[in-house]
Amino acid sequence: MSQIAFWGAVELGLVFAFVAIGVYLAFRILDFPDLTVDGSFPLGAAVAAVLIISGLDPWLSTAVAMVAGAAAGLVTATLNVRFKILNLLASILTMIALFSVNLRVMGKPNVALLNQDTMLSAFFGQGVPEYLVRPIFVGLLVIVAVVLVWRFLESDAGLAMRATGANSRMARAQGVNTGGQIYLGMALSNALVALGGALFAQTNGFADVTSGVGTIVVGLAAVIIGETLLGARGILLALIGCVFGSIAYRLAIQLALSSDALGLKASDLNFVTAVLVAIALILPRLRRSGGAA
Amino acid sequence: MRRLILALAAATAFILPAHAENVTVAVTAIVEHPALDAARDGVKQALAEAGYKEGENLKFVYQSAQGNPGTAAQIARQFVGDAPNVIVPISTPSAQAVVGATRDIPIVFTAVSDPVGAQLVKDMEKPGRNVTGLSDMLPVADHLALIKEITPNAKTIGYIYNSAEANSVSTLAALKAAAEKSGLKVVESVATKSAEVQGATRALVGKADVIYVPTDNTIVSAFEAAAGVAAEAKLPLYAADTDSVARGAIAALGFNYFDVGKQTGAIVVKVLKGEKPGNIPAKVAVGTDLVLNKKAASAIGVTFPESATKRATKIIE
Repeated sequence: MSQIAFWGAVELGLVFAFVAIGVYLAFRILDFPDLTVDGSFPLGAAVAAVLIISGLDPWLSTAVAMVAGAAAGLVTATLNVRFKILNLLASILTMIALFSVNLRVMGKPNVALLNQDTMLSAFFGQGVPEYLVRPIFVGLLVIVAVVLVWRFLESDAGLAMRATGANSRMARAQGVNTGGQIYLGMALSNALVALGGALFAQTNGFADVTSGVGTIVVGLAAVIIGETLLGARGILLALIGCVFGSIAYRLAIQLALSSDALGLKASDLNFVTAVLVAIALILPRLRRSGGAA
Repeated sequence: MRRLILALAAATAFILPAHAENVTVAVTAIVEHPALDAARDGVKQALAEAGYKEGENLKFVYQSAQGNPGTAAQIARQFVGDAPNVIVPISTPSAQAVVGATRDIPIVFTAVSDPVGAQLVKDMEKPGRNVTGLSDMLPVADHLALIKEITPNAKTIGYIYNSAEANSVSTLAALKAAAEKSGLKVVESVATKSAEVQGATRALVGKADVIYVPTDNTIVSAFEAAAGVAAEAKLPLYAADTDSVARGAIAALGFNYFDVGKQTGAIVVKVLKGEKPGNIPAKVAVGTDLVLNKKAASAIGVTFPESATKRATKIIE
């Protein structure tokens, strides 16, 4: 694995860390199986790309992309809280609707950002190679996001959200507005996912409507790998686990891409990735049971 | 002494393969389907004809993103890290990912309909930078002429495509413009994944007189599903790539993707010989292959006019 490939995997892992944190908020904190992310990831990419092309400042464009993601989360929450549609189905409805929305936003399936200034452009050409600038830049944003989400979840408001996910009846009995917590949580989760999409578009030079496919799988895999690697003790550790899980997932793909020496074909990629992730999940368990025996 | 011999042995092992394979070409596609695979094989064939043989003096690397732009981005980084002599991305997202990942390594893209719109090159004639390639913009006017020639009574053309594929959307715009000129109507039907192709085709039954399938990755990967419905409803099915004729279309005019690959390979050879990609004009693929499927046509009561059978390059009985 070359340096550029390694740092490329780390960079993608960091971009998808936002997805992982969003998925963690929905699945683990709110106990809300949210598939909206398959639509809000390309939505963030689409909104950011279109606004940047229209000449808006890339930072502002990215902020608007996050607002768009939050709005998508609110739609899912409304369908679920206000209209009592089953959470999984509510999120699927938003997800499939977003596919058309994303095509409308971009006006075509693929928008290129290869010649525009992005959030990263100012940092290029300062003596640090581009393949390092990208992961460092995204990594700093990830740290900010982890700290903010951690502080929030440790606050009173965050505690109410955690109570909503852990035991909604008890939370209601304690005077928590559980519906309001679901609105807030879904908005926050999908805003983070959209941020990931906006960064993906800017680090790779294009927004493509198909880039949402399987976002939920990547996000969930990252959350679970993180929990297996670091354990699920404490909020901060879990959030850091999301980041490391996401990077580990990308490194697994990178290994799978380099596996042609073993006589594997290009078409085996997804299978090899699945096997590597499975090994990452099983190994710690084996070690633990081995230690017990 | 023993350590020295070992070190020497290790050094030779390291150096020898580098001598045996002195050129590396890395190819990547967004997804695997017969047309894109044929393009890849065409590149390899053109390289072989120019004296670059795999396993002798050529290392030919291929990766597929299995439909995922995230993976395409990762493959792009992998290739840039491996620093091959030329990277050949097949399809729009793969090409954008590679172009976004390097400003140094020569890139020869292929199977991209609109390279300027995709920001791969600023200008087809003078691409500049490290990028050139081959566009597979379809000659839709020629396709309409063929449809009129074989099925003169057709008034409405059904168009099946995935609205998420950039290539198919730009083809649709071109088709509509050309159809208007020749007094034909176009009805669209969308399938966003291959499982929906059958339903999308069925939606055209009763609405369209003939069906036309563009070089759409989603539809072509499930071409048999479209062919099954068309045969049942006795609707003549036309394809935009000749490879799909054997899979149930009655006729197609155009390039087969093996040829597209060969034309791309010719550009790759120029780059390998030292030309700067930025100085090589990006081209549009050419091809006048006409392939007819007599079996599929007679099953739905279509007979080919002599004008068509005469110039056909291949007829499937």
